[in-house]
Amino acid sequence: MVESKRPCIELHNADLGYRKEQPLLQGINLTLPMQGICTVLGQNGTGKTTLFRSLLGLLRPLSGTITLDQYPLHLIAQQELAKLIAYVPQAHTTPFPYRVEEVVMFGRTTHMGFFGNPGRKDREAVDQILDMLELTRLRDRIYTELSGGERQMVIIARALAQEARLLILDEPTSSLDYGNQVRLLKTIAKLARNGTGILMATHQPDHAMLLQANVLLLRKGTFMYYDQPDAALQPEILTSVYGAGIDVIDVSQKGKPSARICRPIIDC
Amino acid sequence: MLLATAMLVMAVLVSFSIGRYPVTPADALSFLASGQTLDPHLQTVLFRIRLPRIIAAIVAGGALALAGAAYQGMFRNPMVSPDILGVSSGAGFGAALAILLALPVAGVQASAFAGGLIAVVLAVSISRTVGKAHNSTLVLVLAGIIISALFSALVSLIKYTADPESRLPAITFWLMGSLADIRMQELPAVLILVLAGSLPVILSGWKLNLLSFGEEEAKTLGIHTTRLRMLVITAATLITASVIALCGLVGWIGLVVPHIARMLGGPDHRLQLPLSFLLGSSTLLLFDTIARTISASEIPIGIITALTGAPFFIVILKLRTRQSW
Repeated sequence: MVESKRPCIELHNADLGYRKEQPLLQGINLTLPMQGICTVLGQNGTGKTTLFRSLLGLLRPLSGTITLDQYPLHLIAQQELAKLIAYVPQAHTTPFPYRVEEVVMFGRTTHMGFFGNPGRKDREAVDQILDMLELTRLRDRIYTELSGGERQMVIIARALAQEARLLILDEPTSSLDYGNQVRLLKTIAKLARNGTGILMATHQPDHAMLLQANVLLLRKGTFMYYDQPDAALQPEILTSVYGAGIDVIDVSQKGKPSARICRPIIDC
Repeated sequence: MLLATAMLVMAVLVSFSIGRYPVTPADALSFLASGQTLDPHLQTVLFRIRLPRIIAAIVAGGALALAGAAYQGMFRNPMVSPDILGVSSGAGFGAALAILLALPVAGVQASAFAGGLIAVVLAVSISRTVGKAHNSTLVLVLAGIIISALFSALVSLIKYTADPESRLPAITFWLMGSLADIRMQELPAVLILVLAGSLPVILSGWKLNLLSFGEEEAKTLGIHTTRLRMLVITAATLITASVIALCGLVGWIGLVVPHIARMLGGPDHRLQLPLSFLLGSSTLLLFDTIARTISASEIPIGIITALTGAPFFIVILKLRTRQSW
């Protein structure tokens, strides 16, 4: 494993995308710490998933470099990278009916040998994670028969089983009902407190505020980075990022901490 | 797993006993145990005629089912059979060409084996040259379909030019598959090839599980997917090509049996792969026993597997009430 005092991912002059003549993100210079929470906001098609795929080593930068603790990302073997960065893709399903316990165990693979099989340590780790995420009651259920919210939690459990330092989540709340969204945000806050770095794409600017997260705003091939949600969540900034009128209002109620929430302007 | 092993043992006993020359299971057992018998023909019938067929059926059925199970896991598609990358049509072409050129049996087998390998190598290299920007699994499957179609056309061409009195029937019968003419000395080579292909696949069971979440997710979970995929393709091709070289085209086993294994043992490939092998062995042995006993003249086994496989598959589809496989 690569160790250093302040672990971070650095992008130097990186062009990200699929075609050289038309990169989705251009000339990116950015340092992302591998701790705390960072939310990624931006319209559809601005390159959130492209950024994630590049950070996961699935997509080589078209030019420039991505380094992890000063070490070029594409030189890290897939199995080693999985110990550093774990990925929670958008809601999905597999064609085969695995049990929840098995799905979470898949996350342990990176810690096994070439023809590796799960051992006692792996089973203990899975028990612990299921317990922490309060999923133990689902242990023997069939993954493909779970609800969307439950599946999302199981995939998070699988990512945690990798014991990675950074968790990348691609719109984890997009297919969840309101209650599940709240539960998921609580889980994310808890993970960050325990020292796991979180990089999360979301379409809800409010999430940044709720999690007191750093904000990475993507817009038309470029980006803005704020290490305070208050700085990013300004009416003018959000309006220009999303191309729709958005207001940010302060709410305060007696006996409760005040909050800033986004409110779209709909006038017809 | 135990049940499947017991089934296979039963099938072996039944197959030893049934045939044109009647032997009671008791006689067969006592002879196998002691090597002593009063019947002078028993040894010939059991060892020279039935034993090679039984071994061949066990190896071929198991190997085809194993290759099918591995492919279904790798391509994340329960509709895939071991010849998806063109190994069958390639082997068919190799055999047809050898028969046309009047090569001896060993030559036909070698040619079929080589044809199968060449077809898959072609399919894989096509997918590599097209590859990169596209969905690699899809390109691989399409390349397999292209190669299959190409070699099928070449087989038709050979059939068209073949002498309709002698060569054409030989080619046609070969393509239908049969275990009838298998002799003991042909078995060791196939056995070694099948073993060499089966072991790495069975040992990769856990990683195949991860591949069923898709290429990218498997990568982020720490799997070297390209290496694993090449391992499975190489192994499955070796297995299938050597089986086809031995007994011709025997369809359906590789498609249907993995489903039965999955229904009985669940989707974990660590169990499903060996279980598929055992069930495939019993199934093909049973079918071959039927093929040689049901009528006075032998029925090509490819016909029997297709006749029973098709309705059986419909039943499986019907039984699958769940959304997932």
